[in-house]
Amino acid sequence: MSAVLQNLVNQPYKHGFVTDIESDIAPKGLNEDIIRLISTKKSEPEWLLEFRLNAYHQWLKMKEPEWPNVKYPKIDFQAISYYAAPKPKKKLSSMDEVDPELLRTFEKLGVPMNERAALAGVAVDVIFDSVSVATTYKQKLAEVGIIFCSISEAVHAHPHLVKQYLGTVVPVGDNYYAALNSAVFTDGTFCFIPKGVKCPMDLSTYFRINTEESGQFERTLIVAEEGASVSYLEGCTAPKFDTNQLHAAVVELIALDNADIKYSTVQNWYAGDENGIGGIYNFVTKRGLAKGVNSRISWTQVETGSAITWKYPSCILQGDNSVGEFYSVAVTNNYQQADTGTKMIHIGKNTRSTIVSKGISAGHSNNSYRGLVRIAPTATGARNYSQCDSMLIGDQCSANTFPYIQVRNQAAKVEHEASTSKIGEDQLFYFAQRGIGNEEAVSMIINGFCKDVFQQLPMEFAVEATKLLGFKLEGSVG
Amino acid sequence: MIYPDSKVLLEVRGLRATVNGIEILKGIDLTVRSGEVHAIMGTNGSGKSTFAKVLAGHSAYQVTGGSVLFEGKNLFDLDPAERARAGVFLAFQYPIEIPGVANSHFLRLAYNTVQAQRGKDELDPLEFEDFVREKMKLLEMSPDFLDRGVNEGFSGGEKKRNEILQMALLEPRLAILDETDSGLDIDALRIVTNGVNRLANRDNATILVTHYQRMLNYIVPDFVHVMQSGRIIRTGGKDLAFDLEAHGYDGIGNAQPVAAGA
Repeated sequence: MSAVLQNLVNQPYKHGFVTDIESDIAPKGLNEDIIRLISTKKSEPEWLLEFRLNAYHQWLKMKEPEWPNVKYPKIDFQAISYYAAPKPKKKLSSMDEVDPELLRTFEKLGVPMNERAALAGVAVDVIFDSVSVATTYKQKLAEVGIIFCSISEAVHAHPHLVKQYLGTVVPVGDNYYAALNSAVFTDGTFCFIPKGVKCPMDLSTYFRINTEESGQFERTLIVAEEGASVSYLEGCTAPKFDTNQLHAAVVELIALDNADIKYSTVQNWYAGDENGIGGIYNFVTKRGLAKGVNSRISWTQVETGSAITWKYPSCILQGDNSVGEFYSVAVTNNYQQADTGTKMIHIGKNTRSTIVSKGISAGHSNNSYRGLVRIAPTATGARNYSQCDSMLIGDQCSANTFPYIQVRNQAAKVEHEASTSKIGEDQLFYFAQRGIGNEEAVSMIINGFCKDVFQQLPMEFAVEATKLLGFKLEGSVG
Repeated sequence: MIYPDSKVLLEVRGLRATVNGIEILKGIDLTVRSGEVHAIMGTNGSGKSTFAKVLAGHSAYQVTGGSVLFEGKNLFDLDPAERARAGVFLAFQYPIEIPGVANSHFLRLAYNTVQAQRGKDELDPLEFEDFVREKMKLLEMSPDFLDRGVNEGFSGGEKKRNEILQMALLEPRLAILDETDSGLDIDALRIVTNGVNRLANRDNATILVTHYQRMLNYIVPDFVHVMQSGRIIRTGGKDLAFDLEAHGYDGIGNAQPVAAGA
């Protein structure tokens, strides 16, 4: 039976092709000159160069975090190229000017970049290696005052907004990888939803790493003003390489009074092969500030790729009655390692948070949930509910749960539940005894296990996530 | 019920099986014809549940000797799912919980899989809903059970009813009920056994694996077999169950093995 399970969980990565496209790549290594080069390439204002250099100097003094429950050889930060852009690098005014090779790449990946062919109601920004190549539906969104563009463009077109919010949720010296990102980030997405506007469509960014020696350091900044709301989706893939690529992103969300930001991720970076060779190091800092009263920040993530995942999408619940949510499915197979979870920092009164984490481990993988719930003395009436479930497939993998709970207010309520289960012979036998084969059984068990998270995803994403898990764990019997 | 000239459904000869290298079944002989109800009784560890699981094909058990023919074909040529589709049904002693998977979804998938095997029409969710609700009445189950996870948070009695509901849907040729009476209160026992009796007909057969005579007050067996140490040591009619109740398993031990219906 374990042989059956092994076959079931082996499935080739489908996005592992490399696009043959001429790239403008910066020399490897990190120093002030490289940072100045990036800043010059992007014709940035002086304040942003200062921001970068400040981050770089703080980074130099910091140490790589060693507390995550993951193992990997030390990263040589001088062997990475910090800037790679598809050539020719010129200003694109319409979709027609995008390199057809790039368009074909995204077509292969199923990214709706062509406006006419786009899935109805999804505006897409596409990041290829370091730069944003196209943003769809920009015009339509602008009509209601929404800004949705690459962050490089926003730096020029809306400098006051970027300057006002950039680095306010994740300070440049927040942690090692956030400092690195702040020094070298090359592109990313900027969304601004003005007061009272409900974004009429889901906004989406698709990230792709194409170059072997490059890292990807994107920066996303989403601001929802008073009473605004937005649902934002993020997808990621990368080609197969035998080397490891570093992905160190920073995402900052800011919700003012009565604002609502829903952020969904389906992460399918290349995970390495079945022997653990290659794959993306996904070291990401994501944090939302529920700044205003009654504001809400909701993270939903489906993490299936990357050799190593290290990310903790968090909520700082500053406004009274603000709400933070974290719904996560993390799947690891072969030699993948994931150390992921969330932080819910309750500061305002009657703040509420919900954590639902589902970890699935197969093969020789290692999957950890790490979460912090902190109730500040000011957070009278705060409530948290956490549920962390782990599922094991086979007997070579492991799952861990590291919950940290700090309560400094007596009038707060914190609940934590955890469980570990195993797809075992008995479950598969039960399905078989009803005529249902192993593949279908595994798929049903996994989807049932993840149901609480999947139902938080927007419809198209939920379908994609279900399929992705199928590919990842079910095997491709013809 | 015993019908004259009815077909042999199951023929077990000299069946031996081990788990983790330990021999549990040490030569079982049993013949079951369509229409019949057989009760297999025995103490804990006598091998009766192992026998049920070996017939259904649980991978923890290794068959080390003997043969089993099901409708004249070698049962061991089929994997567990194929046996189920061929009409072998096991009502589990401990039904498995599958959190998050709607019972209705699971039941429909099982039903359609078996229907497809029989060359019959599959049902879409709406048609199935009507169909399964009818069957649930037989077991006095509330339609709420359809929306809950498979066996998730079900009481012991509810799980057993859900097993018999599956039996009602799949209409097996051979139903093996593994300790279906255990953990049932009197009302649940009545409902479950009533369901089993209603499903029994001339073309199928039932094997009841049980510890106690109690269940046999509700389902009257045509044959009672007593198992001990991996063998059937006695076979008789329904009265044998009463002897067991009166004298205990020790009181009837050490008799010669007798093959039922042989």
